[in-house]
Amino acid sequence: MSVDTATVAKIAALARIKVSEDELSAMVPELNGILAWVEQLGEVDVTGVEPMTAVIPNHLRLREDAIDADPLTGGNIRDKVLANAPAAEHGFFGVPKVIE
Amino acid sequence: MTELTDLGVAAIRDGVAAGSFTAVEVAEAFNANVAAAQDALNAFIVATPGKAIEAAQAVDAKRARGEPLGKMGGVPIGMKDLFATAGVQTTAASHILEGFVPQYESTVSAKLWDEGAGMLGKLNLDQFAMGSSNETSYFGNVISPWKRNDGGNAALAPGGSSGGSSAAVSARLCPAATGTDTGGSIRQPAAFTGITGIKPTYGRCSRWGIVAFASSLDQAGPMARDVTDCAIMLEAMAGFDPKDSTSLDLPVPAWADNLDPDLKGKKVGIPHQYRMDGMDADVAKSWDDGIAWLKDAGAEIVDVSLPHTQYALPAYYIIAPAEASSNLARYDGVRYGLRDLPDGSGLQDMYAATRAAGFGAEVKRRILIGTYVLSAGFYDAYYTQAQKVRTLISRDFMEAFEACDVILAPTAPSAAFALGENIDDPLAMYLNDVFAVPASLAGLPAMSVPAGLNREGLPLGLQIVGRPFDEQGVLNAGLAIEQRAGFTARPDKWW
Repeated sequence: MSVDTATVAKIAALARIKVSEDELSAMVPELNGILAWVEQLGEVDVTGVEPMTAVIPNHLRLREDAIDADPLTGGNIRDKVLANAPAAEHGFFGVPKVIE
Repeated sequence: MTELTDLGVAAIRDGVAAGSFTAVEVAEAFNANVAAAQDALNAFIVATPGKAIEAAQAVDAKRARGEPLGKMGGVPIGMKDLFATAGVQTTAASHILEGFVPQYESTVSAKLWDEGAGMLGKLNLDQFAMGSSNETSYFGNVISPWKRNDGGNAALAPGGSSGGSSAAVSARLCPAATGTDTGGSIRQPAAFTGITGIKPTYGRCSRWGIVAFASSLDQAGPMARDVTDCAIMLEAMAGFDPKDSTSLDLPVPAWADNLDPDLKGKKVGIPHQYRMDGMDADVAKSWDDGIAWLKDAGAEIVDVSLPHTQYALPAYYIIAPAEASSNLARYDGVRYGLRDLPDGSGLQDMYAATRAAGFGAEVKRRILIGTYVLSAGFYDAYYTQAQKVRTLISRDFMEAFEACDVILAPTAPSAAFALGENIDDPLAMYLNDVFAVPASLAGLPAMSVPAGLNREGLPLGLQIVGRPFDEQGVLNAGLAIEQRAGFTARPDKWW
C-alpha cells in the first residue's frame, strides 16, 4: 500500500498537525519508503497467532477505592495542575472559542 | 590521587562513606567538568550545579550524624531530560515542552535521590527519544567525545536516543546517568561511547513521570562505566510502583552483591540470524572475541535460532509509532507546553498550529506513520499484523532460552558514525537498532558492555540478552566479558 498527497493530508489532519504543501510533497516519498519497507511483515505466516497484548505477563491491578489514597495522584492540587498551562484563567484552562 | 571525576559509582560511594573525600568535593569536581564541556559536547540541556551541591551537602551531613548514606550516597548523576524533575525544566528535547516545569518528581528519579544521588543536570537526547544519533533534539546535537584515529576531525554521533547520557559518562562529566530504552536507546549509545548500560525487564523500573514514547516498550535503566556500577544504580532505580499499571510487583534483587563472573554450567546462545550478510568485519571479530571470553569464563556456547529476527525492526516501526501517535496526542497547547494561536483561529487550528510548531521532523514522521497504521481500514493489515509478529519474536526467544541461559550478540551493526551521515535517510538510521530491537519487543533484560576498539579507534559494544527477570544472569555474563575485554580506552580530551 502506498500513500498519495491527499492521504498524507488526511492523516496529518487526523493527527492535528498543520503541514504546508511543500512539507506534504516531501513527506509522501518518505512515508512511502517506510511503508514499503514494513510491508515485508505481510510475508510472515501468522495463522493461529494471537497479537501481543502484554509483553511480560502481568495483570491489571485495581487500586483501593479511596479518595486521595496517593497524594501524588490525588485531588486538591488545582494550582499545580494549572501551573504549566499556557493560558490558565480563573482556575480553568483557557481555550479559544469552540462554538462557531 | 586519582582525579575524583575518574571514579565510578562504587568508588565514589565507598570513598564518601569512608571519608576519603566529601560528597561536596565530588559534586564540585563534576560540576566543573560539566561546565567546561558544555560548549563543545552539548550533553546537557540544563545544568543544575546547585542541586548537585545541595544533595552532596545532605549526604555529608548524614555522614557526620552517622546515618546510612544510601546505595548512591554522594554520587552525582546526569538525568536524561525525559524524566520529570520537580521544579526543573523537563523538555524531552522538544520545543513543545520547552519551559515545562514539572510539579512532581518521576518515580525513578525520586528513588535515586532517596538513595543519596544528586543531580548534575538534565541530559540532552533525541526529541521524545526518537532517534539513534541525538540529531533530532530541538536543543542541538550532542557531540561524541570520541574521534576517529584517521587524523580527521569529524564530529561523531554519541548514539541515541540517550546520547547526552552516553557522551557525558564517557567524557567524565558524570560517573553515571539515567537512560531510557524503547528500541535500543540505552544499549546503542553505550556501545558508541565505550560505556556500559542495561535495560532491565519491562516493568522493573516505573514509567511514572517519564515522558511517554511507546508505552509497551519504554524502560528506564542505568548507564555507567562498568557492570558493577550499573548493578548498583539499577537497584536504586527499580522497584514496584502502583502508579504504573505495568510495574512488576516483585522484590528488587541484590544484583550488585550477587555479581559472579564464573559462568560454569551456563549456556550462551549465539543466534545465527544475527550474523547478517555484509556484517562489519570489526563487529564480527568483536563478537567472536566475546564468544571466546565467555567460553573462558566457563560457559558452554550453543547455536540458537531466532527465525523472525529480520521482521523485528519493521514490526517495531509500526508498533512504536502507533503508540507514539497516541501518547503524543496529549500535546494540545491547552494543559502544558507550547501554544501557537494564529490570529482569529479556533480550537482545532490551535491544535494543528501548536503541534506543527512544537514537534520536530522525525517526531512528525512517526506520528503520521502511527496515525496511518491505526486508521480505519489499515489497522489489521499493519498494527494487528505487527503485534502478531511481535508474539512470534517473543516466542523465538522463549524457545531459544530452553537451550541457553543468555544470548550474546553485537549491540549495533557498526561503530559510531559521523553526524549528518544518516540523518537524511530514515531507513538507514532505523537500521542502527537492528540488533537491539528484538529484545525490546520481547521485553527482555539486555545490556551492552564495551568489547574493544575497531580499526578507526572507536568503541564497539557486545550485547547480552537474558530471560525475563534474569538481570543477574545478564550482569554476570557482562562482568565476565568486562574482566576479559580489559577495556580501558577513553576519549582523548579535546573539549
